[in-house]
Amino acid sequence: MALPKYTEPHYRIWHYTYLTICGFVFFFLIAPLFVIFPLSFNAEEFLVFSDGMKRLDPDAFSTRWYHDMVYGTKNPWGLAAKNSFIIAIFATMGSILLGTLAALGLSSRHMPYKGIIMATLISPMIVPLIISGVAIFFFMAKVGLAATHTGIILAHIVLGTPFVVITVTATLSGFDHSVTRAAASLGSDPVNTFMKITLPLILPGVISGGLFAFVTSFDEVVVVLFLAGLDNTTIPIQMWTGLREQLSPTILAVATCLIVLSTLILVTAELLRRRSERIRGINR
Amino acid sequence: MSSETQKILTTDGIPLEESLKKAERKNKIIAFLLVAPLLLFIIITYVFPIGEMLFRSVDDRMVTNMLPKTFEAMKKWDGKELPQEEVFKAFYLDYKILVDEKRHGKLATQMNYTKNGFKSILKKLARKQKKFEEGNYKEQIMSVHKRWANVEYWRALKRRSPSYTYSKYLKGIDMYENEDGKIVQVPEDRRVHKILWMRTLNIALGVTILCFLMGYPIAHLLATLPMKYSNLLMICVLLPFWTSLLVRTASWMILLQQQGIVNDFFVWIGLVTDDTRPEMMYNKTGTFVAMTQILLPFMVLPLYSVMKTISPSLMRAGKSLGGTPFVAFWKVYFPLTVPGIGAGCLLVFILAIGYYITPALVGGASGSLISNHIAFHMKFTLDWSFASAMGLMLLSGVLLVYWIYNKLVGIDNIKLG
Repeated sequence: MALPKYTEPHYRIWHYTYLTICGFVFFFLIAPLFVIFPLSFNAEEFLVFSDGMKRLDPDAFSTRWYHDMVYGTKNPWGLAAKNSFIIAIFATMGSILLGTLAALGLSSRHMPYKGIIMATLISPMIVPLIISGVAIFFFMAKVGLAATHTGIILAHIVLGTPFVVITVTATLSGFDHSVTRAAASLGSDPVNTFMKITLPLILPGVISGGLFAFVTSFDEVVVVLFLAGLDNTTIPIQMWTGLREQLSPTILAVATCLIVLSTLILVTAELLRRRSERIRGINR
Repeated sequence: MSSETQKILTTDGIPLEESLKKAERKNKIIAFLLVAPLLLFIIITYVFPIGEMLFRSVDDRMVTNMLPKTFEAMKKWDGKELPQEEVFKAFYLDYKILVDEKRHGKLATQMNYTKNGFKSILKKLARKQKKFEEGNYKEQIMSVHKRWANVEYWRALKRRSPSYTYSKYLKGIDMYENEDGKIVQVPEDRRVHKILWMRTLNIALGVTILCFLMGYPIAHLLATLPMKYSNLLMICVLLPFWTSLLVRTASWMILLQQQGIVNDFFVWIGLVTDDTRPEMMYNKTGTFVAMTQILLPFMVLPLYSVMKTISPSLMRAGKSLGGTPFVAFWKVYFPLTVPGIGAGCLLVFILAIGYYITPALVGGASGSLISNHIAFHMKFTLDWSFASAMGLMLLSGVLLVYWIYNKLVGIDNIKLG
């Protein structure tokens, strides 16, 4: 944003100060993520930049921590990754199914007690995780699902559905209901209308809600800390243990992989958001 | 002109009004049935368990059920002087059952919470009661230890007779019910919880203000820059947003350690010398810095979505009417962004006040928050009823803010990404 030529000097100074402040804030936001990347290739065991790394000496870099992550002895990451993916995938499917149905109901103008029901359904997102953790732990212990995959998946469905409900309701708010009426007038039954007309139109919202649910489950520590037994360890639990006990560079290798994963999710989410904005744009 | 003849009928011959009502009811039921599975699921697995926490936090039936005869006999006791023989006898009979069933240890632990020194005299009584003879239990119990002849201990026992208690809530705000049944503060040097609540509030408010001060300028820049630049800069906000919380906390642990890059930088610019590197982790500073960076996207995104809707021509109009850019900003632009500020600040505050992971990893002792305390009681002291009470006190604070948020912003107006 170039300034016009006639700008007075003190506004000019203010403008550049403002841009500098913004620059610092962006740096503050993004820079910490980039520290992890080079340090995960450290040849030494310490989590500081060695002198060799500062001189860009090739011998100071190695991929030993990635090797350790995959093939290391007694390595917990394989099991953790498997568990994390299983739990996150099932939790996402559950969240999408329950959340989309609920959002369809909530978007209907005939829905009674909309406000209070919406507030209840969103509450797991607002209530501090530690409280959710304690409450869900009491429940799962009572029904005998503590330390099982099922228990953790159910807990993550609770935590994930608010995101699906929010994104799908938002998509449906711009939804043109005359298309479903058109389908009905042409003789289509409600299920067929939903599958052929409604679902394709709200799909971007459903998928981006699903992404939120996936990330919530994949990154969740607090509730799993209460629920997990030895067999249900997940990636975040392993990282948590590692960060509390011995901060090894292997954790940084895992962290780098997670950053790559989050970049992929970010790109997908952005593409979906644009697509859904385009669809809504046509309706207007 | 009677209204009967005026009624409009559908082709089936049913009055239109009735037919519409029927259709409306059918739609209502369909809408409700769609919501029902999730609603039931959340109520069973989430709302009821939170209700159970409430129950657990006031439930004190354990002691009540252990000494049923004693509390029955104590009903007639006024609590001024030592109770009568019948109370002693009832207590002896109750306690004998507990010892025979090996449950007296639990009673000792519980009573020691109420009054210090109870554990040892209960243990001693457990050993001695085997040789008790029938009759005159008052003398026999009092001869076990001189504290049994002290009326204070009997009053402490009577205080545990109700099935429900709010003592855990009092403990959470550093208060207790003393011997006379008055609610007083604990001695000054033992007021740990007050410090914890103040610190949590302090950090949550501080992080919210910092996030606002840093988030507002960049949200403004993102909203006013041309699309192609702003999309690029938006990545700086969205990448941390999507990245694992533990990864971000780990990176702050690396940055803030004593030999870390931030300290290296301070030494390099001469702010500190190499041997006076400040401790920035495992204290309040670490918690502040890391939480601000982690929660900043939650401030920027709502602000951005509001600012995006403000037409740039409004600022131009303000300037053309003679306002300096500052006046135009303050009188025109800023008031329009207030909904976004409200949304962002409340969201960050709600998230910050219940934060657990980051304070636990970088906070150390002086940077730990209420959440960490709750986890501590859940996992180590196993005082679950106290953890529940603390949790619910925190929850009521959060729900208050949530309610304000709902009134101001509307819960269905939350924007994600």
